[in-house]
Amino acid sequence: MNRLLPFIAFMLLVALFGFGIWWNTQHDQNAIPSPLLNKPAPAFNLPKLYEPTQMVSKADLLGKPYLLNVFASWCIECGVEHPVLEAAGPSLGVRLVGYNYKDAPADAKRWLGEHGNPYDLLVADEPGHTAIDFGVYGAPESFLIDAKGVIRYKHIGPITPEVLAKELKPAIAAMLKETP
Amino acid sequence: MTPELGQLALILALLLALAQGVLPLIGAWRGNRALMAVARPAAAGQAVFVAMAFAILVWAFLHFDFSVQYVADNSNLELPWYYRIAAVWGAHEGSLLLWILILNVWTVALAAFSQKLPEVFASRVLAVMGLIAVGFLAFIIFTSNPFGRLLPMPGDGADLNPVLQDPGMTFHPPVLYTGYVGFSVAFAFAIAGLLGGELEQAWVRWARPWTNVAWAFLTLGIVAGSWWAYAELGWGGWWFWDPVENASFMPWLVGLGLIHAQAITEKRGSLRAWTILLSIFAFSLSLLGTFLVRSGVLTSVHAFASDPRRGVFILAFLTIVVGGSLLLYALRAPKVAGGKAFKLVSRETVLLIGNLMFAVAAAMVLLGTLFPLIGDALNLGRISVGPPYFGFLFPLLMLPVVLLMPFGPFLRWGKGEPDVLKSLLLRVSIAAAACAIVAAFFVDGQPKAIVGVAAATWIAIGVLLYVYKRWREVPRGRRYPAEMAGMLLAHMGLAVFVVGVLLSESLSVTSDVRMAPGQTQHIGSYDFRFDGAHRTTGPNWRADQGTVTVTRDRKPVTVMHPQKRTYLRGQVQTESAVDAGIFRDLYVALGEPMDAGNIEGAWSLRLYYKPFIRWIWGGGLLMMLGGFTCAADKRFRIKRAAAIADDVLVQEARA
Repeated sequence: MNRLLPFIAFMLLVALFGFGIWWNTQHDQNAIPSPLLNKPAPAFNLPKLYEPTQMVSKADLLGKPYLLNVFASWCIECGVEHPVLEAAGPSLGVRLVGYNYKDAPADAKRWLGEHGNPYDLLVADEPGHTAIDFGVYGAPESFLIDAKGVIRYKHIGPITPEVLAKELKPAIAAMLKETP
Repeated sequence: MTPELGQLALILALLLALAQGVLPLIGAWRGNRALMAVARPAAAGQAVFVAMAFAILVWAFLHFDFSVQYVADNSNLELPWYYRIAAVWGAHEGSLLLWILILNVWTVALAAFSQKLPEVFASRVLAVMGLIAVGFLAFIIFTSNPFGRLLPMPGDGADLNPVLQDPGMTFHPPVLYTGYVGFSVAFAFAIAGLLGGELEQAWVRWARPWTNVAWAFLTLGIVAGSWWAYAELGWGGWWFWDPVENASFMPWLVGLGLIHAQAITEKRGSLRAWTILLSIFAFSLSLLGTFLVRSGVLTSVHAFASDPRRGVFILAFLTIVVGGSLLLYALRAPKVAGGKAFKLVSRETVLLIGNLMFAVAAAMVLLGTLFPLIGDALNLGRISVGPPYFGFLFPLLMLPVVLLMPFGPFLRWGKGEPDVLKSLLLRVSIAAAACAIVAAFFVDGQPKAIVGVAAATWIAIGVLLYVYKRWREVPRGRRYPAEMAGMLLAHMGLAVFVVGVLLSESLSVTSDVRMAPGQTQHIGSYDFRFDGAHRTTGPNWRADQGTVTVTRDRKPVTVMHPQKRTYLRGQVQTESAVDAGIFRDLYVALGEPMDAGNIEGAWSLRLYYKPFIRWIWGGGLLMMLGGFTCAADKRFRIKRAAAIADDVLVQEARA
């Protein structure tokens, strides 16, 4: 029996991989429907990245829509997304809020120093607790939140020029039409 | 027409691989010499056809044959010839072909050097290699044909990923694959041994040099990859724990365990089952790496190709190879604990603890890499564990290895003397403490740096004391056989590596600055003066190139030229400038111009002073050298098969 253990463990691994392949064929990984979609965003209270003594809460941001962009300096794909955000940021029509996820503040600042800072406001979630409330799968991830604090659109993975044109901009337009 | 010949060559190679994989096995089972004799010629023929297919693909790249889809996807008219050759393995199909070519090189080498092995055993080993080739050839022919045509033929192709257009990247994959695939030899030996029930001690001795060479290549491949990430990605980091890196690191860890386990089994006959299991694991993890990188299971992070058909194919192949061999292990592995017994204080114990740590570390890396997938399966969401998880657990698991390392060589097999341990412990502790105290004054009390110096001294003094002991006690000529010299080199490599990691991590200075031409920035003891930027062009890119003059105490040190390149197809790539030194690297990466229209003006720059970073790769290279040196030991040259078997029998009888 002992000698069978490696075999059994491996077969469990195979089952996991088989599941992974099946899952991939069933789901577009960049469009996992969030249970939070069209629900109020979870309440949060996070320090600003550059002024850690000042806190920003969900209530502070109510009144105007914003795009909450989860990023981290350790995240390779965020570097892919960053130029797109920098180019599109001013023309989005909503505020761009950077959500620095599980990152040392010094690393984040250094990263922003190198890549540029397109954000209107930056909050830091170093322990990553609030991200759990948001159902963050990993970085990068973006949430479009309207003036009433409801999540209107969510994107997992980098915002590419394609995603920007075909999904994000239409979503923003639709939202602004309803509740300007 | 030529590309079709390439495809035909692959099909013929598959048929020969089938012959090589099946007939000698039947021959060995039935005792039919004619069938066993098929193995070598079939292996040679297969290698010829695979080499032909590879050469045809290279030819297609060199001659801009854009009617071949793969060529059109990965090269264009402006790409220089050396990168067109590198483009052969720049994407999924071609790199798979490279993998197969390297497998064939190993097989041919094995066929050549196994002439003196018992015929039955050698044909089983070659047959296992043949079966592995069958799987990969079928994979490339049925799912990933590199010779597929593209009609109508485009006038020009796309571009090779600019990230890959770097000298380091051209030779990183071949070396890495040589390591990966090399573990197939130890695997084939283990399977052949299980099939025939041969004396483990005999085949383990034959397998040892192959394992060492494969591991050394893998080490070199990982070092090259890490160096490339450092030089190319512009972040100044050298290891990122991303799934692709982990895929090469897991077989490396298990291979490291295997090298040590093989030493025990060969010399003492104990731990046979463990050695067999590690042989299977090392190669399985190489296959698993291929699966993870190419199946799209971990798409969110890095993907080579995410065609589900490919994923299913590799998974099926993985299941047959690994599942089959583990089942074989369950049925045939030695039931009785063989070999000589050992006491708690003995070299075996120390090696075994090290082995367990390597295996657990590999499992830890596997778990971390697969975490997003497990999250999906348990419906928890795609949870990623990043550098914080690995960065905390890995050093913790390696701590016992570092602590025990000096004692391994000093302990005797079977039963060591505690007295030796005590005096050694005293000496290395004093040395490590003394060096740590001295170091504390130089590193501004950085705890990480002090720990680094202490750990490195601990290991290095242990190695040096052993060198001295051999020098004193053993007559000239027999003091340092290659096997031992290799071990000492590799252990010294770890000390150097530890210095590199901990000192560079704790003492590096980074500065992100906006600099106008003529401005100077002071970092470490160096002054960096920005002398402005200008446009320049290369074979297939244009770039903004900055000039940074570095001085120290007003004496010129170097002039650096970091670039920001834009390739033909619009991809932007940072080329950092590195001034290398034994004790420090200076590293400059160009950010953005402050005013987008005016590149003559001020720029954002990233300046690094990185002490001892080169020791990381230096340590890795020493480990590699250790692996190669060890494999060169005369003891491993196959004398006559019968003589070795007798030898082992005699040893067994004595025990």
